[in-house]
Order: sequence, then structure tokens, then C-alpha cells
Amino acid sequence: MCLAIPVQITSIHGTEADVRVGSIVKKASLWLTPQAKVGDYVLLHTGYAIAIFDETEAEETLSLFREMAEKMEEQ
Amino acid sequence: MTVTDDFRRSELVAGLVSSINRHAGKQARFMEFCGGHTVAILKNGIRQLLPPALTLTSGPGCPVCVTDNADLDKAIALTKLPNLILTSFGDMLRVPGSSSSLQEARAAGSDIRIVYSPLDALELARSNPRKSVIFLAVGFETTAPGVAASVLQAKQEGLKNYYILSLHKLCPPITKVLLDSGEINLQGLICPGHVSAIIGSNSWRFIARDYSIPCVVSGFEPLDILQCVDMLTQQVAKGEAKVEIAYRRGVTPQGNQTAKKVMEQVFQPAAASWRGVGEVADSGLALKEEFKDFDAELNFDFDPGPTRTHKGCICGDILRGVKTPQECRLFRKVCTPVSPVGPCMVSSEGSCAAYYQYGGENA
Ligand code: SF4
Repeated sequence: MCLAIPVQITSIHGTEADVRVGSIVKKASLWLTPQAKVGDYVLLHTGYAIAIFDETEAEETLSLFREMAEKMEEQ
Repeated sequence: MTVTDDFRRSELVAGLVSSINRHAGKQARFMEFCGGHTVAILKNGIRQLLPPALTLTSGPGCPVCVTDNADLDKAIALTKLPNLILTSFGDMLRVPGSSSSLQEARAAGSDIRIVYSPLDALELARSNPRKSVIFLAVGFETTAPGVAASVLQAKQEGLKNYYILSLHKLCPPITKVLLDSGEINLQGLICPGHVSAIIGSNSWRFIARDYSIPCVVSGFEPLDILQCVDMLTQQVAKGEAKVEIAYRRGVTPQGNQTAKKVMEQVFQPAAASWRGVGEVADSGLALKEEFKDFDAELNFDFDPGPTRTHKGCICGDILRGVKTPQECRLFRKVCTPVSPVGPCMVSSEGSCAAYYQYGGENA
């Protein structure tokens, strides 16, 4: 029930945004994330965007995983 | 999509697993608080990737499952009143209350609608001005801010027929109760990712500090969970207990300040009843005085009748992490997703349903 899905904002109208999940377009309320911008990935839960994803952090975490994978191959 | 798909890449699994193996020492038990994690762990076969020294235990993190029979009975009793629409997330409908379920009440003629969001309930209230529309507000800190926002919106619009039955529950207080009970011995806590997106990882600091238990907030993709287990294992190996985040793209130490503010504007902490645990002070949310007009419990007269528990169902023990679904005599034999005896078999995040579907060890 705490299920939340990452979606991308395609347009914003007041406190409401159109968001895309794959090819599906949905609505998301931005009441809880008023600073969200078009293009942002947000976490959609029960109709509300509850968090904005930080893509830089995502990249950093992934490069850490890549390093760990490479280190293992060297061993 | 970088924020999800890349965190499922199978070629990155081995590096994390090898780090976990390198750091794992003596036996350690980690609890995944969240039912969403239980599902992800079983579905992705994470347990089979871990060394035998590590055990993962499911916790109380399923809002549907922890809803007490007495509270569910209230919702069912409300639906018997005239001119009323009860709206609920779909997962709640099949949960057996003391003597019936919302689904049975609906079959008997009650107007019960499944909604995906409190915003759908608001819309129903607008389009049915002569009916009272109640939203059955079940959920943790992930869900409560949205419900709070819906109440603010209803107030702004001057809607007089929108109500909520607040059965919200808070995660850090129940974790403290479980640890204080001494029933479980944990070496690490896999903290809920979406709850923490709201409350922030700092909310778990008291666990690391007061109980010397490492806490790591995890996302829900396979690599997130492996990174979390790796971080916990490393803390155990070093004898540390601190709060870390294995889900940095979605969670910060402070959480979502706007969401917290909205939640605090509308709700205040209140006692709540948890299945298997009982009443816990300040572990739920009640509407504040200025929003009492939206409180279903205060504005309707209803009689939930006597509370009964389901014989043989050990959901309570499972939610406290002291038993597993396989230890329930009814599991798979009498209790199945088609004819569930307890909520843990109904909810898509319930441990019994997850073990049934994805086959936990020996299930
Ligand atoms: S298997 Fe069914 S009866 Fe047993 S604990 Fe789970 S939900 Fe309850």
C-alpha cells in the first residue's frame, strides 16, 4: 500500500501535473512537491507526487555499483 | 528510466553480493519493516543470494494488515448508514472484520467504492452533494500527507460532505514497541523507503542510538535491497550502528518538508490499535480540533458491535516478526488468497500472500 511508482512530469497546470509511466499518461497532484519541474521524475503515490528523484544521486549510486562489479572481476 | 530500470541490472548484482559475502561474519538477523520490501525480496529471490549467516525477517509494515478488527468493524458499521458512500483503497475490501468484510457489506447493498486516491473520494463528494462521502484513511506516513492535503482542499472549497476515518499509523513508534518487547533480536533494520521519503532518514536515528541497531533506508529494486544489506553487513562487521541511506535518489535525511508540514497542519499524534500489538500511544494520527468537521468517527452514530478475532490466524505474531507464515497451521491449507482467513493473506504486501505467491523458504 506504500506502493509508489516513478513517473516523469510532462506538463504542469497549477498544482496538477500530467505524468508519464511508459506510454501511459496519468495525473499527479503537486501539493506535496510544489518545487517539481517539467522533466523531473517524481514518486507517485495515491495520486500525489510525494518526492522528486535526484538523478545525479541515481548516477552516483550506479557508478559505485559498476566499480564494485569491476573490482570483483579483477579479483 | 535511470531511476528504476538501471537498478534492476543483473550484471551489477554480483559485485554487491561479493561485498556482502566478504563482510558477513557471525549470524545476523535483519528485519525489513516494509511489506513492499518483503514482496521485492521474495519476488527477486534475494534470500537465495545471501550467505547463510544472514536472515531476513518480515516486519509490521503493511498498513492493511496492521488495521485492527475493531477499526475495520467501525468502517463496516458506517456503511450501514443511509445516504452514505464509503470509499476505500481496493486492498481493504476483502479483509475479514469480526463478522463480515467490506466486500460482504457491499454485496448486501452498502455503497462502497474503490478509489485509487483520496482525490477520487473528494471528486465523489463534489458530484454527490446530497450524500456523505467517507474516505477510509488507512496508511503510514507515505499516505497521510496526501489525505491531509485532501482535507485542506475540502476545507478550502467549503465541502461539507467529505469525511475521513483516520486509521493512519506511524512507523517509528511501532518499531520502538517491537524492540522494547524484547521478542525479537535484530542486528539491523531495513527502513521503509517510501515512508522515509516523507519523514526523512533522521527519523530512525533514535534506533541506531538507543538500541545500537544499524538502520539503512532501502529502495525497492533488487540492487537497492542488496546495497542496503551490504551496508548493514558492513556496519555489523565494524561494530557500528548508524543511519544510512541506500536509496539516495529518493530519500534525504530531512525528508519532504512540505509533506510533513501539511501532515502536521491537519493531524496530531494519537493512540492507535495495531493488530497483534494492541493500543500504542502516539502511533496514529487524529484530525486536529479545527478539522473535526471532517472526522467520520465524531460526526456519525454507529455501532461496530463486539470485536472477535479469527481463530488460528497468527497474523499478529507474523507482524511482530516472531513467526513466519509457514508456522501458521492454516497457511495454504485453509487460508489462501482465494479464501483468506486473515489480512496478511489479503493484502498484496501481506507476508502470507507474498510467501504464498513467491514461495518463501519451504513454503
Ligand atoms: S496464513 Fe492466513 S490464517 Fe495464517 S496467519 Fe496468515 S493470514 Fe492468518
